[in-house]
Amino acid sequence: MASLTIRNVWKRYEQLEILKGVDIAIDDGEFLVLVGPSGCGKSTLLNMIAGLDTISEGDILIDGERVNDKHPKDRDIAMVFQSYALYPNMNVEQNIAFGMEMRGVPKPERDKAIAEVAKLLQMEHLLKRKPSQLSGGQRQRVAMGRALVRNPKIFLFDEPLSNLDAKLRVDMRTEIKKLHQRLKATIVYVTHDQIEAMTLATRIAVMKSGVLQQLGTPAEVYNRPANTFVAQFIGSPSMNLVPGTVVDGADGPLVKLEDGAALPLLNGYQERLRGQSGRAVLLGLRPEHIGDAVTDSQTALDCPVLVTEPTGPETMAVIRLGNQEVTARLRADSEVQSGQTSRFGIDMAKAVLFDRQSEERL
Amino acid sequence: MSAVAELPGSRRLSAGRFLIYTVLILFAAFYLLPLFVMVSTSLKSLDEIRAGNLLDLPQAITFEPWIRAWSSACVGIECVGVKGYFFNSIRMAIPAVLISTLLGALNGYVLTKWKFKGADLLFTLMLFGCFIPFQIVLIPMAYILGKLGLTGSITGLVVVHVTYGLCFTTLFFRNYYAALPDELVKAAMIDGAGFFRIFFRILLPCSIPIIVVTVIWQFTNIWNDFLFGVTFAPGGGAPITVALNNIVNTSTGVKEYNVHMAAAIYAALPTLLVYILAGRYFVRGLMAGSVKG
Repeated sequence: MASLTIRNVWKRYEQLEILKGVDIAIDDGEFLVLVGPSGCGKSTLLNMIAGLDTISEGDILIDGERVNDKHPKDRDIAMVFQSYALYPNMNVEQNIAFGMEMRGVPKPERDKAIAEVAKLLQMEHLLKRKPSQLSGGQRQRVAMGRALVRNPKIFLFDEPLSNLDAKLRVDMRTEIKKLHQRLKATIVYVTHDQIEAMTLATRIAVMKSGVLQQLGTPAEVYNRPANTFVAQFIGSPSMNLVPGTVVDGADGPLVKLEDGAALPLLNGYQERLRGQSGRAVLLGLRPEHIGDAVTDSQTALDCPVLVTEPTGPETMAVIRLGNQEVTARLRADSEVQSGQTSRFGIDMAKAVLFDRQSEERL
Repeated sequence: MSAVAELPGSRRLSAGRFLIYTVLILFAAFYLLPLFVMVSTSLKSLDEIRAGNLLDLPQAITFEPWIRAWSSACVGIECVGVKGYFFNSIRMAIPAVLISTLLGALNGYVLTKWKFKGADLLFTLMLFGCFIPFQIVLIPMAYILGKLGLTGSITGLVVVHVTYGLCFTTLFFRNYYAALPDELVKAAMIDGAGFFRIFFRILLPCSIPIIVVTVIWQFTNIWNDFLFGVTFAPGGGAPITVALNNIVNTSTGVKEYNVHMAAAIYAALPTLLVYILAGRYFVRGLMAGSVKG
């Protein structure tokens, strides 16, 4: 178990810049999720931590020790791959033992370690099977077993669940989380699925085009996204962004939407935006912060309802707010109907504001 | 094919199907005819050959021609049979097949899993080797063998066949390994295996189908080669193909057709055996990768 520091890491292939100065530091026992759309450089970064790819500039430190020039086998890491990468010619037991065998661990010790891991992952009955005789979930389990048996400083997971069907993915997600809680291991996990990121991580690193957008706890990333990209990438349905302008009101600045509605600024924005009348902003509202039952703390607005989409536990409604279609998350028994205008309560205390030019959070 | 046969109503032997089978059986018989003539002629005595028809079955079976072909038929001026040359061919073909297959596998491994700048270009250049006719390399090859002091030896022939076969074996293995996920190699690297360990413990055991294809391909080509054999290893070190030619093309004495046929069968036997034992893999291996799954 160890800490991990990524210090101003760059990756270049000739003119092409894959990673542009990434800085991340996590403590012992943390679960770091690297998340971002395809091509954001998250897998490259993971490969660089593993030592499977070279570092163009910057340093990677495991437990305070610089590992840039260390061979993957000497970094004391274990990796679970998207395709599982089980050796097809070996049975499960041999697959799990291979790493120990390469390190010259004597046979009795190997057998003991295999038995322990097999018990932990409940796959004792699979040990003699070949990978081709296993289901997707079982292969996944073996791949994790192969990593666990090494008892490494850091576990690396490269989109380990993306080849599983939806139900199994949720089950395995829970298992990985349980495993992390039990082992208190340091884990770096790559995914493009923001739900996996939110559910698993103690720390999320959101990346885009080789640049780290935000590093924070799931709650930080969700509630205080650093910019509009993070705001829209994390959360489903994604955050509504409504264009508006800062105007001076009687009790301090307000945000005025394009249809003329003015909403009060709370949450510290009042002080920060004082005297900045005329500034173009984007009002970020999560769907759950727009409701059909208005409470005292909310600001009431009448909005036309375009579509309602009952999902079972809740009803999503697409409404028109500030000349823009926004999504509201309503209770399942909501009586709001499409084609009508209803009164909605907006939780301005939870709202986030972004600069319309730079798209950074204000 | 089988799906078509299982369609309802197609079980009965319709007129069309009958025609197809008849034509196919005729073709098969036509293709088998030379083998039949070879075997039956080799079991006849010379008198019977002169008296009878080419297609007649032997009246009195004799193994005399087989024994003569093996140990006492005249190869050129020496009457020693094909025995020695048969083993020459074995001593040439087995090392040449093994070395070229192993080197091809290593090349394929490096060209796909340890990619370096220009790896694809190098592979393309190696592919050109597959299209170079034997005749073009004869003189440069003779020059190099001379420099190496390997002229007229079986070792020289092994070198020639390994060199010439490398393009094909590399092609086979490169394309096979390109389809194996790179993550296998990465996982093994993290597990602590080095370059050769990954190759011998993981890649090679996964390559059985392509090894069979390569071995059949190389064995057939090397065993059946005549041009390199006659050019680089004349005399006592010649492979069986050259010896067969010298038996058949003799201009003196009686033409012993039965002995010639027996010698030809000896020369063809090993490749025939390899096909019968591994032919199934051959077809399967050639198709591997062309269809997913």
